Amino acid sequence: MSAKEYRTVSSAQGGLLTVSQVPGIAFGDRVEVRDSQGRKRNGQVIRSSSIEVLIQVFEGTDHLDLESTWVRFLDTPLEISLSPEILGRVFDGLGEPKDGRPPVVSRLHRGINANAFNPAARTYPKEFIQTGISTIDGLNSLVRGQKLPIFSASGLPHNRLAAQIVRQAKLPDEESHFSIVFAAMGVSYSDARFFQEEFASSGVLGNVVMFINMADDPPVERLTLPRMALTAAEYLAFDLDRHVLVVMTDMTHYAEALREVATAKGDVPARKGYPGYLYSDLTEIYERSGRIKDRHGSITLVPVLSMPSDDITHPIPDLTGYITEGQIVLSRELHNQGVYPPVHISPSLSRLMKDGIGKDFTREDHPHVSNQLYALYARALETRNLASIIGADELSARDQRYLEFADAFEKRFVAQGEDEDRSIVETLNLAWELLSLLPTTALTRVTETEMAKYHRHAGSELQQPEQKEPLA
Amino acid sequence: MTKKGIIKDINGPIVTIILPGVANGEQVKIGELGLYGEVISLQGSEALVQIYESTEMVRPGEPVEGLSHPLSVELGPGLMGGIFDGVQRPLEKMFLQAGDQIPRGLSPDSLDRESQWTFTPTESLEPNTQVSGGIQLGSVQETESVLHRILVPPDVSGELIEIAPQGDYSLDQTIAQVKTANGEIRRLKLFHRWPVRQPRPYQHRDHSSEPLITGQRILDTFFPLLKGGKGAVPGPFGAGKTMVQHQVARWSNADIVIYVGCGERGNELVDVLDSFPDLKDPYTGRSLMERTLLVANTSNMPVVAREASIYVGITIAEYYRDQGHDVVMLADSTSRWAEALREVSGRLGQMPVEEGYPAYLASRLSAFYERAGRVETHDCGKGSVSLIGAVSPPGGDFSEPVTSHTKEIIQTFWALSKELADARHYPAIDWVDSFSADVSTAAAWWHEQVDRNWEKRRGQALSMLARDAELSRIVNLVGPEALSSAQRWILEGAALIKEGVLQQSALDPVDTFSSPEKQFLLLDTLLTIYDQGADLIELGVPVQELSNLPILAKLRRCKEVYDSDQLDQLRAFREQAIKSFESIRSEYAQRGEQTS
Repeated sequence: MSAKEYRTVSSAQGGLLTVSQVPGIAFGDRVEVRDSQGRKRNGQVIRSSSIEVLIQVFEGTDHLDLESTWVRFLDTPLEISLSPEILGRVFDGLGEPKDGRPPVVSRLHRGINANAFNPAARTYPKEFIQTGISTIDGLNSLVRGQKLPIFSASGLPHNRLAAQIVRQAKLPDEESHFSIVFAAMGVSYSDARFFQEEFASSGVLGNVVMFINMADDPPVERLTLPRMALTAAEYLAFDLDRHVLVVMTDMTHYAEALREVATAKGDVPARKGYPGYLYSDLTEIYERSGRIKDRHGSITLVPVLSMPSDDITHPIPDLTGYITEGQIVLSRELHNQGVYPPVHISPSLSRLMKDGIGKDFTREDHPHVSNQLYALYARALETRNLASIIGADELSARDQRYLEFADAFEKRFVAQGEDEDRSIVETLNLAWELLSLLPTTALTRVTETEMAKYHRHAGSELQQPEQKEPLA
Repeated sequence: MTKKGIIKDINGPIVTIILPGVANGEQVKIGELGLYGEVISLQGSEALVQIYESTEMVRPGEPVEGLSHPLSVELGPGLMGGIFDGVQRPLEKMFLQAGDQIPRGLSPDSLDRESQWTFTPTESLEPNTQVSGGIQLGSVQETESVLHRILVPPDVSGELIEIAPQGDYSLDQTIAQVKTANGEIRRLKLFHRWPVRQPRPYQHRDHSSEPLITGQRILDTFFPLLKGGKGAVPGPFGAGKTMVQHQVARWSNADIVIYVGCGERGNELVDVLDSFPDLKDPYTGRSLMERTLLVANTSNMPVVAREASIYVGITIAEYYRDQGHDVVMLADSTSRWAEALREVSGRLGQMPVEEGYPAYLASRLSAFYERAGRVETHDCGKGSVSLIGAVSPPGGDFSEPVTSHTKEIIQTFWALSKELADARHYPAIDWVDSFSADVSTAAAWWHEQVDRNWEKRRGQALSMLARDAELSRIVNLVGPEALSSAQRWILEGAALIKEGVLQQSALDPVDTFSSPEKQFLLLDTLLTIYDQGADLIELGVPVQELSNLPILAKLRRCKEVYDSDQLDQLRAFREQAIKSFESIRSEYAQRGEQTS
């Protein structure tokens, strides 16, 4: 491949280089920049005209001078080399090895900006994944091919939760585990090490591809990194027929890098300084998950993002929520009470749950039980608010039961051990134990047949429930 | 004769070309790959083009070709049941041709040229008569449930020279010839093209007089939308916008449903594609897919095609309207369309006004919504396009530009609430924030078709819900003990309406669709019971005793026990419920006599 080299840099500022008198350079071309000392930097063409070319330099434009900087156009878009050897390896945001081992040698290169999947080629994700975590399996079930983010905030245990999902995720009655693609953007060394040790200790390291961009690596690489990771995931899923679980952390750092670059380019800001195309840009990442007709593999995406100042209406969680198929929201309040995992049930949701659970998938009562727990917990939280104003003693006997239910729900259902792997049947049975704290008349979302089968006090209470209760 | 030029500058989806003689709005084909785009502004011999596909690895100096026509759609048999992208490329055909991903530069015909359609000419139509746009030449049974009328295209008029006899024709064959005033012979086929940004002409506008029945109780009974009306469904993420749109697409009594997935999730369209063929239209008994068309610009497809997608959808909707059909078009979501406008305007360096949106957002929005309506067509009577746009306000804030502009334009507003969704109250349509400007028109229909008490009962339920909101605030401050028995019974009554009428499960096979008769019967039954209870409380019956009655739990479940064609059983149950309340009354009356 003949690469063209030029020394006609006419401006350098804010991470952007302008090169004049370079005809016919492709938009999106990969670029190598050499400074006066011969050190290399990477870049990409972000605007190309017959007069001049604008290049984004990943490592920034500091210490570059206009006279002695060489620019070489590689005549290729950003690509990644793919082979089964990538499993067990660690790469950076440009697909270069970061583990000190030699580069992956392969004939197969793929551009990291894939074309969109044809909706007519997709199949609807339906296979229930058991994560062993009650709040996810029971109330916000994950299915193969779904994109389900974790909305967290600084100081909350999202990494531990993500690691637990990676360890425990499997189809019920199936032992095959997922291949894992791990994409870390702007993470601290301790977070990166936490995940590496997690993967090593659970023995899945040989089944993981890691893409890591540390907090002190060039921010521009955070923009290419998830695309590298997803191209690798697509290869594993649709070329090698594997089920791939992609964990990305932290999407907030990604969006901040995008804002940084957009501002340098002079793009018109929309909300909070983020460019108007933040939504489109995020979908290019999230929409690469899914299932494809006649392909055995799948891509399930679990991005982690931290909500700036715990604000769920901030553009990053907000736009993510509009794209992903639900969200798992973590709560500082529960975390402070020592509940792990501190999953905040009310705003959490899985959109693909409805078709992946119930008879033939999990258990016939699952949809109604989930619905019922949600409704009761919402009611119980209202009661708790009331109790904080007028005092618990003033509540009616029925309301007191709601309070008991809320406490039991948080302490027994939401909370579980970091190594506790509950099967979906265990989760559902536990749910019925909690539902049985309330009289059958309070349960309007489950059917009478289900109550007869699973409610602890069905029959005895069905007729005149609260008459026998002692008054508080 | 095609115009040729070259590329000068590439800035993402916006490309500057040098192409003398090109017109604003013209389609161009650029680069070695042959990517399609649309000219958005001209300056001397230079033109700015927005490209519908990714421009990665396109170079300055590559060739450009002007196609001499604006962005148009193909209108003819073969649309129904199909799925097209934002510029009407047939996605299923592209999947067979090109595999999982949509490659660049591919542009198969939107409508299949191979298929044969049985054309039946209009009997009364003789050669040598004058015809003009909208005159029916004949018809094709497109699917079992859709009769496709073949019309003279709006821009053709003159003397009909020849019309084909009944028989099987492909789309490329001529079925009629018309000699225009200037002597030109126009060969008409089963399909024609129409530019998407130009509303199709009609005879004149007509009043909407009939509600669109969606089978969803909170929509039909509380916030009705008329056939030919404009509605919006705003809501934060997770509140169920898409579910509401899917339910309307499934169960509304329209002849044609056009579903535009504009910048939304791929899997949601797959859900429609997978589930609709097996679902039965409650009015015709035929598969829903036979009357449904999908326009899919999923969020990860290029943003410029997203801007075009809603125009493609509405043009197809107007085409079926012109044939005399009642069409429902759903646009999910208009916010993504507005964001596409913003993105392109940002790249053009236009001055942003609110939150980065260009100043023309409001006028574009209202011009788009104005394409909805009920019209008189040329010879088929009336047709309508009802337009329902989902809005995705950032952070659920309804004061943002897209929601607030939309609110000024539409007549029916189905506001979704995060609080209701969090409590799994679905559909999470907030009865306080929602409105319909057409209740009185709808009432005339309900009174004639269903029951004369409709408007009264609807008003009663809404005022009870308003009282409930007020009383709940008091309860939240000082506890339920502060309320009188009558007030506590209002809370019970409102809960009964919320659970028994307003909540409706899209997943429950019985509850998913409610006929107008069932909707009214449920509402009337629950309100009757409430009224009876209110009387009992006045007699001194403790509210606790009433709210613990098992019959109340049963009343809440009525909606999912009795199907829309089991109304007799529902009526029988209603009698039983009324009796059990009456027996309490007589019991208390007796007790009252004994004590006095």
